[in-house]
Amino acid sequence: MSDETKPGLKSPLRRKLLMGMAALPAVSMLGRPAFADVPATSAVNTTGLAVTDSEVTVGILHSVTGTMAISETGSVEAEKLAIEQINAAGGVLGRKIKFIQEDGASDWPTFAEKAKKLLVNDKCAAVMGCWTSASRKAVLPVFEQYNGMLYYPTFYEGLEQSKNVIYTGQEATQQIIAGLDWVNKTKGAKSFYLLGSDYIWPRTSNKIARKHIENHLQGCKVVGEEYFPLGSTQFNSVINKIKLTKPDVIYAIIVGGSNVAFYKQLKAAGIDLSKQTLLTISVTEDEIDGIGGENIAGAYACMKYFQSLDNPNNKAFVPAFKKMWGEKTVIGDVTQAAYLGPWLWKLTVEKAGSFDIDKIAAASPGVEFKGAPEGYVRIHENHHLWSKTRVGRAKADGQYELIYETADLVEPDPFPKGYQ
Amino acid sequence: MVINSRFFNRSELLGFLALAVLLLLILPLSLDIFRLNLVAKYLTYAFVGIGLVLCWGYGGILSLGQGVFFGLGGYCMAMYLKLEASSVANTKIQSTPGIPDFMDWNQITQLPLFWKPFHSFPVTLLAILLVPAFFALIIGAAMFKRRVGGVYFAIITQAIAAILTILIVGQQGYTGGINGITDLRTLHGWDIRTDHAKFILYFVEVVLLFGCIVAAQFIRLTKLGRILVAMREQEDRVRFSGYSVANFKIFAFCAAAVFAAIGGAMFTLEVGFMSPSFVGIVPSIEMVIYTAVGGRMSIFGAVWGALLVNFAKTSLSESFPQLWLFGLGALFIAVVLAFPNGLAGVWADHIQPRIDRLLASRRSKSAGLVADGAPAE
Repeated sequence: MSDETKPGLKSPLRRKLLMGMAALPAVSMLGRPAFADVPATSAVNTTGLAVTDSEVTVGILHSVTGTMAISETGSVEAEKLAIEQINAAGGVLGRKIKFIQEDGASDWPTFAEKAKKLLVNDKCAAVMGCWTSASRKAVLPVFEQYNGMLYYPTFYEGLEQSKNVIYTGQEATQQIIAGLDWVNKTKGAKSFYLLGSDYIWPRTSNKIARKHIENHLQGCKVVGEEYFPLGSTQFNSVINKIKLTKPDVIYAIIVGGSNVAFYKQLKAAGIDLSKQTLLTISVTEDEIDGIGGENIAGAYACMKYFQSLDNPNNKAFVPAFKKMWGEKTVIGDVTQAAYLGPWLWKLTVEKAGSFDIDKIAAASPGVEFKGAPEGYVRIHENHHLWSKTRVGRAKADGQYELIYETADLVEPDPFPKGYQ
Repeated sequence: MVINSRFFNRSELLGFLALAVLLLLILPLSLDIFRLNLVAKYLTYAFVGIGLVLCWGYGGILSLGQGVFFGLGGYCMAMYLKLEASSVANTKIQSTPGIPDFMDWNQITQLPLFWKPFHSFPVTLLAILLVPAFFALIIGAAMFKRRVGGVYFAIITQAIAAILTILIVGQQGYTGGINGITDLRTLHGWDIRTDHAKFILYFVEVVLLFGCIVAAQFIRLTKLGRILVAMREQEDRVRFSGYSVANFKIFAFCAAAVFAAIGGAMFTLEVGFMSPSFVGIVPSIEMVIYTAVGGRMSIFGAVWGALLVNFAKTSLSESFPQLWLFGLGALFIAVVLAFPNGLAGVWADHIQPRIDRLLASRRSKSAGLVADGAPAE
């Protein structure tokens, strides 16, 4: 989408892409034969999606207002960047991507309403969207009923699998098991204190963590498990309990604004994260922005992506993102996963040779994206991604330093046997 | 033809007819099923609005917790639909088939006792009306018998809305937690997700809405309605005249709760799920805003307020995804500052007199001819 293009693209590759873009109108004036390799619309779109000879429409459905806006903005930005890059590289099956953005307003029925609009009125060929599980649960029946395709970026609790969704974030086991194994092996951790915000993702994740600790790690036990309402800011009593029980690991799945209070109170209570091991799966670089790097330095996070990853894809991705959205932006795990959405869709459409939802749903398994900032991902038969699990350590400057990554891709398993 | 009805005066009858023509003819004929379903969603808030007109506009009891009753009605309906959607055949992959999916995720292996009555459709319908009424009765009795009123009552209703939200979110094994109860499919074996079903549900809802309008109008015109107004203006005088003020207040509050619950149940049917985000403080205040914009003294105004505000919400957010909330906020401020009696007030003060003058001058020339018009109180 050219309306988001910023002037001053400096890298040679991007300049070349830009020249290509500039040349495109001229090429299109040559008329149809010049696009002999572009397949006819009637052949690639048999179900009446919004695909023309030159354009294809996709939807972006996130909250840009309300309490979730702060989290979802990064996803919107990443998706727009991916769309712009795909267009600059020639689009999808020779068609430029045009996007329609709708605001879910942090309100689940609004998500359902807008999803329906994007599918029924706008006939979007794919939708990149949702963040919270609740919003995904609200739109899922809509996508299944009207046969749409959703690319969902957030790490989540699993227990779901749909023909109409590609989950580009990790399901719970991908985020939990490797991290617990690592902390057990390298830190010799034996006792764990589980904390979480009170809703389905932390509860399911802690359930999996507890099963893994009790059944799969030798001699390890859970010494406490507590939940706090969303938005809670009072953590003093649990911090006192932690001081009394002295667990080897604090395992924290606290989300959103509560994190700020939690880490500040932890620090104020004299718990030094350079000595006390804390492992979280809910604090990305985005959250550290709010918490303040000095309050969380020393904590470990288990994710699949950190902004500081040292690989060629990421070295191209981070500057491109900052160029488009400003030097001060940070890129968290979910933002990266959102960036994968449009790319995976493009690759799938090109593999299927069609925009039809049934065909891309069938073609999705096995699609691999070698340009992923996290390295390499591949879509599994269950529509989740094979990806690596990584542990990073928070630094005072708000970035994570990579400590450990799994040797192989971790298989997604949304319905883990023995963990339910 | 001058129509004189004891039940509706002329302008009320006009308002009723205008609304009926709009909802039963113009909108179904001009909108596609997606937009019509949106209108159906907006109208569920009109039920709450009618209740608020009775209890706030006439009775002077400002409740900032109507979301509680909207939610109770909605959850009752959702529980029935969820049980129907969770047949053993549909839930084979669960460790305990036959119970709702979220219970299975929370390691619950048996259907909780309070869910069991919702296997029955008639019981569910009764529960939609009686559970909120009973709840309102308890709150009302506890407050009004102790002569808690005004701001304190408003604050307490807010607190109740917050408490119920926390309860629902916290007990996710029993309630679906923050995700709510989702993936509802059939009502008594009838698939509610098809376009055809949405079309029929829309008309069911409109008929129910007119039923509620008539009921509210009936309450307003009886002696009871006049006592409510008297209570609002001079509570002590009513009390000294020998009336039990508390009982009348409890009645108005219960009636508002039942209207809200009907709206909530229809909401579940129209939208296909229910979640705690319609129970809490923010939605409750929004419901009061719809009523204020429409005009808190006007039953029809409340319906128009719910329709117009929600329509503005949808269209503004479609056109300006990042700015629309500011626009909506500005709209509310403008309405409250410029037209304290809401849209109905604008109608009654500015438009109605003109029409009357016009009519009077016409009538002097030739008898007859009633101008058609939009609604008024």
